[in-house]
Amino acid sequence: MMLRRRSALLGLAASWTCGRASLALAGSGGGPDDPRLVVIILRGALDGLAAVTPYGDPDIATHRRDLLLPQPGREGGLLDLGGFYGLHPALAGMHDLYGAGQMLPIHAVAGHYRSRSHFEAQDYLESGADRRLDSGWLNRAVAALPGRGRRPDGYGLAMGLSVPLMLRGPAPVGTFAPAGSQHPDPALYSQIAALNAADPVTGPAFRDGLRARGFSDSVMEAAAPASGDGRKPDAFSVLSATAGRMLTAPNGPRVAALEIGGWDTHAGQAGRLKGPLSQLDRGVQALRGALGADWSRTVVLAMTEFGRTVRMNGTGGTDHGTATVALLMGGAVAGGRVGGTWPGLRQDQLFENRDLAPTTDLRAVAAGVLCDHLGVPGGALARIFPGTRGERMHGLVRVA
Amino acid sequence: MQLSGVINRFGWGERGLDLPQEASRDWLAAQLQGPDEARFTGVGDTADGLIALRTQRQEKLQGDPLLKPILRAEIATQLDGLLMTGQPFRERLAWFWFNHFTVSLRQGSTRGVVGAYMREAIRPHVTGRFEDMLLAVMRHPAMLMYLDNASSIGPDSPAGRKSHKGLNENLARECLELHTVSPAAGYTQADVTAFAAILTGWGIDMHADRPGFVFRGKAHEPGAKTLMGQVFPEGEEGGVQALHVLGTHPATYRHIATQLVGHFISDTPAPRDVARIVSVLRASGGDLGAASLALADLPDAGRPGGKFRAPMDYATAVMRALSLGGAPSGPDDPHAPAHSLLDAFAKLGQPLWTAPLPNGWSDRAADWSAPADMLARTDWAWRMAAHVRSGDPLDIAHAALGPALRRPTVLAMRQAGSRQDALTLLFSSPEFQRR
Repeated sequence: MMLRRRSALLGLAASWTCGRASLALAGSGGGPDDPRLVVIILRGALDGLAAVTPYGDPDIATHRRDLLLPQPGREGGLLDLGGFYGLHPALAGMHDLYGAGQMLPIHAVAGHYRSRSHFEAQDYLESGADRRLDSGWLNRAVAALPGRGRRPDGYGLAMGLSVPLMLRGPAPVGTFAPAGSQHPDPALYSQIAALNAADPVTGPAFRDGLRARGFSDSVMEAAAPASGDGRKPDAFSVLSATAGRMLTAPNGPRVAALEIGGWDTHAGQAGRLKGPLSQLDRGVQALRGALGADWSRTVVLAMTEFGRTVRMNGTGGTDHGTATVALLMGGAVAGGRVGGTWPGLRQDQLFENRDLAPTTDLRAVAAGVLCDHLGVPGGALARIFPGTRGERMHGLVRVA
Repeated sequence: MQLSGVINRFGWGERGLDLPQEASRDWLAAQLQGPDEARFTGVGDTADGLIALRTQRQEKLQGDPLLKPILRAEIATQLDGLLMTGQPFRERLAWFWFNHFTVSLRQGSTRGVVGAYMREAIRPHVTGRFEDMLLAVMRHPAMLMYLDNASSIGPDSPAGRKSHKGLNENLARECLELHTVSPAAGYTQADVTAFAAILTGWGIDMHADRPGFVFRGKAHEPGAKTLMGQVFPEGEEGGVQALHVLGTHPATYRHIATQLVGHFISDTPAPRDVARIVSVLRASGGDLGAASLALADLPDAGRPGGKFRAPMDYATAVMRALSLGGAPSGPDDPHAPAHSLLDAFAKLGQPLWTAPLPNGWSDRAADWSAPADMLARTDWAWRMAAHVRSGDPLDIAHAALGPALRRPTVLAMRQAGSRQDALTLLFSSPEFQRR
C-alpha cells in the first residue's frame, strides 16, 4: 500500500478510508513501558447479542430463535466463552485470544446517551460527552498524557480523507493519505442502484455503470447486498496491518483509531453479519501480526454506537437498540473472561421493553483503559469525558 | 408552488437549513428587482487582463505566468459567489446567459478576460434588455478574441487591400445561429457574409494604456450591406444598428424564449410556454427581468424534478446543501471551497468556462446521465460527505429537497450506518439529480 505524508491538513487528523474501513493514528511518544492503544469504531451498531451470545440465558430463544446459532460443540455453533456466553464462529481468531487470556468482552455496555440515531450516537460516542463537542475523547486523552506536547514534529498522525471526531481536538495530529482515488463500497453502491432502480434515467445509468465496473448482478439486487466487502475483501486487514507497523516504529504513533462499517443489520442478519465479523477478526489478527512483540503492550478496544433490539424484526434482522458488547483484546488485556453485569432478558428486564438494558457505561471502560494502560492521570478523566465524575472500570489490563 | 422546489429549479440548491420566509414568487421577484448583490474581490477588469496578455507576448513569457493568477482570482471569487449567493435566481440567470454567449478557455488567449467578461458584459444586463447584453457581448474583447472577429478584415478595406487578408465569419455566423435569430429565421450564407462585413473593424486595441474595444475604420469593409433584407450603413454605426435589429427580432425572442423554457422548465419546451415568454419579450422590448419572472408563472414551474442537474448544478447544490464555503477562498489554496467546486466541475464533466463549442454546455438530461456520469457523481459526493461530521443527514435532506424527497430515500438514509453513507445516498438519489 502506498502512503504519502501530506502537510498537515487543517493541522488536524484525518482517517485513512478504504470502503467502510478507515484508520487514524495519534502518536503519544514512549513512556517506560510504551503502551499502545488501538480503538476500533464499529460504525452502524453491532448486535452484541449476536457477537457474544448469552446462550445460557433461558429467555434468549423466545426473542430470537431464528437468529440463534447452535450451542457450542455443534456444527456451526458458537465458540464457548465459559459456559454462559458464546462467541460468534466468525470470530475464531478472537476465540484463540480468549483462550490465551488476551480477550475480554464486556457485556451490556452502552454510551451515556439513549439516542437510537446512528449519527447522534456516533457523535456522542466519539465526543465522549453528553452533548456534541468539536473534539473527541481520544484526542483529549492524548493531550492529557504527561510530557506529550514537547515533541517538535507533532506527535500525532492520521490518514486519509477526513478526521474522525474521536481524534479531533487540541492534540496535534499529522496526516497520511493513500495514493489514488477512493470509492464507496459495493454494499453502498448496491443500495444506490436500488434507490434508482425505478428511475427511467438514472436507473439504467447506475445499473450499467456498476456493471461496467465489474459488479455482479447480485450486487445490484436490492435485497441481496454482497456479504463481505466484494472488491476489497481485505481493506480492513490492510489498514490494521498498516496501523500495526506504524505503532511499532520507534518514533511512531502510539494511539490509533480505526473504523469499520457494515453492522447495520436490519434484514437478513444471520447472513450479513458474517462478513463484517470475519473482517474484524482478520483485522485484529493482522494488527497482532504487524505489532509483533509490541502486541504484549497493546490494548485494542472495539466499540459501537449502540446495540440492537433483542427481538428479531420482521425481516430477519434487528433494529436500533441500546446496550451491546464492547471487546477488549491485546497482550496487555486481563482477559479470558467476560466482564460486565448481565441484566437478563426477561420481558421486565429489557430496556423500554425492547433492548438489552445497559449496566456499564462505555466511557468507564474507555476510562479504565486510558488510566491503567495508557497512563492518563485519573484527574484528567472528567475533562476527557465531560459530565462524568471520572468513573472507571478497574482490572481491565494486566498489572505488570 | 413549493418554495423548496423553486429554490432548486430557479436557484442553485438550498444553502444550509434556513429556508427563506417569503412566498416563492416574491422571493424570486425580489432578487431581480434589487441590485446585483454579488461582490467580487481581488480581481481587475478586462484592460488588466489584456495588459497581462500583451506583456506575456512582448516578453515571450511561457506558461502564462501573468494570466494564470488572474484566472485563479476570478475562479476563487466567482465560485465563492456561487456557493454563498443570497440571490440564487439572479446568479443562475448570470450563468445561463454566460452559457448562451459562451466564451471558452479552450481558446487560450481568453484566460485573462473570461472572468471580467462575465462580470462586465453579462451580469449588468441579466435583468435588463437583451439587445443591451448582445451589444456588450459583441464589443467585449473576450468574445472578439474567442470567435476571431478581432482578426476579421474587410477585403476591400485599406488594411485588406494592403495585407490581402479578408473576412472571418466565425462571430457573425455564431451570433446569427446561436446568440440571436437562430436558423429558424431562414437567413442565408449571403446574410452571414454580409453580417461579417458589417462587423469588420470591431476589434481590440492592444496598444492603448487601457486596452479594450476599438472600431478600426481601416479594417472595415466599405459600403452599405444588406442583412436579412435590411440595409445597414458603413461604419461602426451599421453594426450597432444590425445588433439592434437582431437583438429585438421576433425570431430572436422565439429562440431565447425556447432556451429559457428549456433551461428552467423542461428539456422539451411546450409551445404554449415558449409563446408566453415570447409575448412578454415582445411587449417589454426584450426585458430579460420580466421574461425571467414570467418563467416562474408558467404552469410547470413548480413541478419538482422537471430538470436534470448538469454537473455544475449538481456539485454546487451538494456543496450548498452541506453549507460548505463561507470564508473567501484564497486563489492559491487547493483546499478552498471554490477549488473544491472547480475540481468537481471538471471531474463531473463540465469544467468551468471550458465549453467545447460556442453553443455552450447542454442543459438536457440525455447529455449528463451516462453511466460514468452517475458513478462520478456518487464517488465525488461520497468523498465530500466524508468531511461532514455534524448535523443530521435527514435534516439536510429535507432542507435540500423539501417535498421532493422520496420515502425510499428517507428509509435508505435512516438505515445507513454512517453519516457519510446517508449523505451519499441522498446525493445519489434520483430526486437529487433533478432541480
